Amino acid sequence: MTLRTYVISRILLTIPMIFILLTMVFLVIRVLPGDPVLLHFEKQENPAAMEAMRRRLGLDKPLWVQYFDYLFGLFRGDLGESMQDYSSVTQQILSAFPATLELAIFSMVIAVSMGIFLGVEASKGYGKTRDSVIRISGIVTYAIPVFFLGMVFQMVFGLGLHWLPVGLRLPPRIDIPSGLNVGSVHFSTGLYTIDSLLEGNVFKFVEALRYLALPSLTLGLVLSGVFIRLTRSNMFETLRLDYVTAARARGLSETTVTYGYALRNAFLPVLTMMGLQFATLLGGAILTETTFSWPGLGRYIVDRINFRDYTAIQGAVVFFGIFVSVVSLVVDLLYAYLDPRIRL
Amino acid sequence: MLILIRGSGCEVSWVDKPKVKKSMLSSLIPGLSSLSQRGLAGWLVVLGFIMVASIVMVTAISPWIAPYNPSQINVGKPLLSPNSQFLFGTNDLGQDVFSRVLSGGGIMLEVSILSVIICLLIGVPLGLFSSYAGGLVDRFFCLIMDSVYAFPGLVLAIAIAAMLGRGVINMAISIAVVYVPSYFRVIRSQVLSIKEMPYVEAAKAAGAKGRTVLSRYIFPNVVPSIVVVATVNFADAILTAAGLTFIGLGVSVDIPDWGWDLTNGRRLLASGTWWVIAYPGLMIILLALGFTLIGEGLSEMANPRLRE
Repeated sequence: MTLRTYVISRILLTIPMIFILLTMVFLVIRVLPGDPVLLHFEKQENPAAMEAMRRRLGLDKPLWVQYFDYLFGLFRGDLGESMQDYSSVTQQILSAFPATLELAIFSMVIAVSMGIFLGVEASKGYGKTRDSVIRISGIVTYAIPVFFLGMVFQMVFGLGLHWLPVGLRLPPRIDIPSGLNVGSVHFSTGLYTIDSLLEGNVFKFVEALRYLALPSLTLGLVLSGVFIRLTRSNMFETLRLDYVTAARARGLSETTVTYGYALRNAFLPVLTMMGLQFATLLGGAILTETTFSWPGLGRYIVDRINFRDYTAIQGAVVFFGIFVSVVSLVVDLLYAYLDPRIRL
Repeated sequence: MLILIRGSGCEVSWVDKPKVKKSMLSSLIPGLSSLSQRGLAGWLVVLGFIMVASIVMVTAISPWIAPYNPSQINVGKPLLSPNSQFLFGTNDLGQDVFSRVLSGGGIMLEVSILSVIICLLIGVPLGLFSSYAGGLVDRFFCLIMDSVYAFPGLVLAIAIAAMLGRGVINMAISIAVVYVPSYFRVIRSQVLSIKEMPYVEAAKAAGAKGRTVLSRYIFPNVVPSIVVVATVNFADAILTAAGLTFIGLGVSVDIPDWGWDLTNGRRLLASGTWWVIAYPGLMIILLALGFTLIGEGLSEMANPRLRE
């Protein structure tokens, strides 16, 4: 199989998966017991207003018509209107998403680098105390609820020691980084770290990093256990291979051998795991955002739950699902590009 | 659980280090000795089991040992720090944190047990059936299960829980939906390899019906994996239940619950009242850790290669 055939077949495989996912979400929100409109109004039933809302949102149509409306809407990038104020759910999601993306990227970087470093260290001292300590800490971090860890960090490093700020993405008095402005060309990503660099404002960049530190450390730490374990077992096997021994025999330093030679081979499974863990990461992001009042998509969902805004919840869930599918597609393609065996 | 594994006929080679010393504890308690001979993995199981069992026990007898009614407000002044009268202090409603810690595991245990049962009831038969049937049926179930598996679990659980509303069963259902694919995948892959074994072929050749082959010949060999998946999943279910409670989809505000105590404590962070969240948080960690340890130990015993 050539790389091109692989890419095409992998993309074709994603389509039914996304389709099933969309159908599932539709079934959950519209077909599960519990009428969204009734739930939205909760105890204060108001037949006229409820009828108006049903008509406005198309919830009075037969279920299959609703289903196709929903699919066609999605095709145009339209996630419907919010039950709260009939504003565009797509707009709201797109404005909240960069915050989540930035948190997710930084957390993933922290989780992977910490996982690789500790995993390598553990594999070097296989069976020794160092190895056991790293392994056990990996197991323990798995059992910590991410929001509890977030609260502890907040209390210790934020409110107690005042090392790092807690809550929001920037201090309220600072303007949002504007991104790149050259003449009439305007470009911004919504990621404050990148936008502040594009703007050329180092101060804002540092502030953005400081605000990112605790939330991404929380999420990264909880996620690192998986990568520690994976790197450890892979490194342990790789370090016994002949080509590593050969490298050692040539007199290369141990650091070069482990990081330059062995880790290269041990990294591919880590890459796959990054794709798989992305879904977990986004789940954790919802809780982390709630803990740190981080204005991302997770906070958005939790807010919408409190308002019983089911169209918005549906939109956000669909968005999360599609995003994860696309990420795992990209990771798989990257893997195929890096590992020639896949193409065979 | 070990009896299940051994009696199941699963020929797992237990790679034991010969120089395991018989410790005091293992010779005191018969049954434990066989576990501790499995080295570190055995001890993980024992430790995890002790943690889980003691939490379950404390929760069960809490009505008799709790010094105060955990739900009653103003048993003391609000936000008292830990002292001799209130061991773990009081929260903002003047409730005794110690009493709430003792009795707050009920909902989490109920939800996780129920969701694991639902997962077992759906995931196991589906995995057995799908992999045994093979062909299009298998493709179909795999595609659906993979789609659910790829979905951010907590997001899906949130959507379902938000629609179904509060309640132990509803919460258990929303968690179970997320984890059924994990059971399905493990069982399916196991059956695929067991299916090819000569003794299954022999049974088929001897004229055993499909159902008999599945239930008498294949299923017993899958049991060890089921036990491992279920234990690991207990920890996931507990953490997911805590997460759902934390974002406001909890079972009830009136019943003492560690998850709810954490939610409540978040508002109080700025006041520095660490005891309101620290103790319930530690209890959730201990419970989840207990199950993780059991799962870790069991899976290592079932597959000694993992140790490396």
